[in-house]
Amino acid sequence: MAIMRYAEALRLAMTEEMERDPNVFVCGEEVAQYQGTFRVTEGMYQKFQKENHGLRVLDTPISEAGIVGLATGAAMSGLRPIAEFMTWSFALVAMDQIINHTAKIHYMSGGTCKVPVVLRGPAGAGNQLSAQHSQSLESWYAHIPGLKVVLPSTAADAKGLLKTAIRDDNPVIFMEHAGLYQQRGEVPEDPEFMIPFGVADIKRAGKDVTIISYSNQVRFCISAADKIAEETGIECEVIDLRTLIPLDMATVIRSVEKTHRAVVVHEEWKSVGFGAELASRIYEEAFDALDAPIERVGGPFVPMPYSKPLERAAIPHEEDIYAAIKRVIG
Amino acid sequence: MTKVAEKEAPAHIKHETLLELMRIMLLIRRFEEPCDKYYRAGKMGGYVHYYIGQEAIAAGLIPLMIPGDTMLASYRDHGHALALGTEPRKVMAELFGRATGAAGGKGGSMHIFDMARGFLGGYGIVGGSVPLSVGAAFALKYRGDKNICSTFFGDGAMQQGSVHEAMNMAGLYKVPCLFVLENNKYAMGTSVERHSSQTDFVKRVTNAYNIQGESVDGMDVLKVREVSERILKHMRETGEPYFLEALCYRYVGHGYADNAQQQKFYRTEEEIEAQRKRDPIDTFRHFLVSTGAATEKQIDDIDDDCKAIVADAIEFADNSPFPSPDSLYENVFTDM
Ligand SMILES: Cc1ncc(C[n+]2csc(CCOP(=O)(O)OP(=O)(O)O)c2C)c(N)n1
Ligand SMILES: [Mg+2]
Repeated sequence: MAIMRYAEALRLAMTEEMERDPNVFVCGEEVAQYQGTFRVTEGMYQKFQKENHGLRVLDTPISEAGIVGLATGAAMSGLRPIAEFMTWSFALVAMDQIINHTAKIHYMSGGTCKVPVVLRGPAGAGNQLSAQHSQSLESWYAHIPGLKVVLPSTAADAKGLLKTAIRDDNPVIFMEHAGLYQQRGEVPEDPEFMIPFGVADIKRAGKDVTIISYSNQVRFCISAADKIAEETGIECEVIDLRTLIPLDMATVIRSVEKTHRAVVVHEEWKSVGFGAELASRIYEEAFDALDAPIERVGGPFVPMPYSKPLERAAIPHEEDIYAAIKRVIG
Repeated sequence: MTKVAEKEAPAHIKHETLLELMRIMLLIRRFEEPCDKYYRAGKMGGYVHYYIGQEAIAAGLIPLMIPGDTMLASYRDHGHALALGTEPRKVMAELFGRATGAAGGKGGSMHIFDMARGFLGGYGIVGGSVPLSVGAAFALKYRGDKNICSTFFGDGAMQQGSVHEAMNMAGLYKVPCLFVLENNKYAMGTSVERHSSQTDFVKRVTNAYNIQGESVDGMDVLKVREVSERILKHMRETGEPYFLEALCYRYVGHGYADNAQQQKFYRTEEEIEAQRKRDPIDTFRHFLVSTGAATEKQIDDIDDDCKAIVADAIEFADNSPFPSPDSLYENVFTDM
């Protein structure tokens, strides 16, 4: 085990995979010479500069549609690209490539064409970046058949899941969170350390309430659960889904059958958010186990405002989760 | 610099206009200089992109707008708003995230709006405002107005597909859109040579989209003014689109995170220093004084006025209330 930051864990995953497989390369804006906008690719350009005509860590113009197209076409031709978005907000100009092309090619080809591409970068809200830069859109991608959707919440998960993403033969939407890049954690050094997709992780064990979340909200769930435990003795189980597609409902249902109460939490808009799907699936699969209606925590249905107090009110925090736990225990 | 000084004061530009150009450039500069301090103190947040070094472009062009004209910008938009006459108090209060800001604190630095003056906003997605601008110009043509829409964007935006779709449509429908490419040599940490297969942007646009275009020294406010006067006259007569590349230089970081250490990855201090010698304000001051068009004292007085306006704007912003919690839910839709 080594202690490292989330961003470093991502870099290590990419570097190890590039060393293992010459077909893996990284492209995106400012990933090479500038060392990455969030320093995730720091040092990688220097390391791989001499290989493949200097193309293994490739700076691109501000052309997201072109970047996704380049990565997807290269994947169809046998390479294993990792394309970085400076942030996921900028992937919106590449939506046609991602949704109508990358996601569907394997199916449209009757399974004859593989698209082993990873699209990654920071997602999520915060830092007063306001409406166009501050948003969580993971349920858009989870809605599309053909895309795997991954959102790690810790450094170890970041490494293990990214390695799995790179070795996966399908397109993977890999959403990091800018608010997590500097978080430190223990990370296994084994270059074969991989975390399979579709396996949720119980980040805090408990018997009274099940809290289901992912990405940056997981730590807020844990702190809210700790607070409730201290105050009332009620023990919440915090499940980190880690991947939305594939979705590990088995772990969720097992927990709900034990606790009989569920709270779903995410940063993206509550309205039509992934939590709606989760709640619905719990009702379908474990209705009889529930002692209370499921509580949902998500962003209010407004574009992200700039002003600090408004922004704070537009992003779920520990107190919102705490209140939801209180409501679900009645 | 000496070359500029040898010129005569241009007879066709009124004395007041010369001082006005100086005033606008100084106002923008003095407005942005203290921002770092307030950003560090947590009074501002998000991304704040400075126009420092590029003032001559907004100052040279935007005052030529007439009522009914419209304009759009990228996230680097404080200078454009100030050149248009948007109250510095409103711009500063927006940066402070206060209810009295140009967008009531909803938008922030990257999204200044002044609809009353025809500023249809600053936008954060590279290239995103350019298609909107063609739509704004389309509306002018549609109604038969003799107005034009100017749109300001960076060299990096030239690599966005939507920008090219928009330029083609402008050339096709012949709408009065003035595309102002502020070529400051870099898109964040990537130089033009490293992001563009064709660095001659005038050639690229004029050949591809059947739009007339030219380059101007964007650090020379008088040149920008002269060229813009001619272009706007031509556009008002013909209703046609036009492409203007203003060559300039951003000698501060791209944004707050692009500090001196980061900048070493893409440019040298010598390069920045050499460019600072072309500073649009310093060179214009030298020009005004050496041609006798203004005295140092006159310019200093203007500068003092600008500093006072900015000090007042900061005080106003800092004393303004934050938006009410209820306002979070306002403006998602307009009231019926
Ligand atoms: C579509 C998109 N991709 C990436 C970004 C991140 N980004 C913001 S500004 C910028 C550089 C833009 O450079 P340029 O167009 O030359 O304008 P300048 O900042 O130099 O004025 C980048 C990459 C963005 N805002 N939008
Ligand atoms: Mg630029």
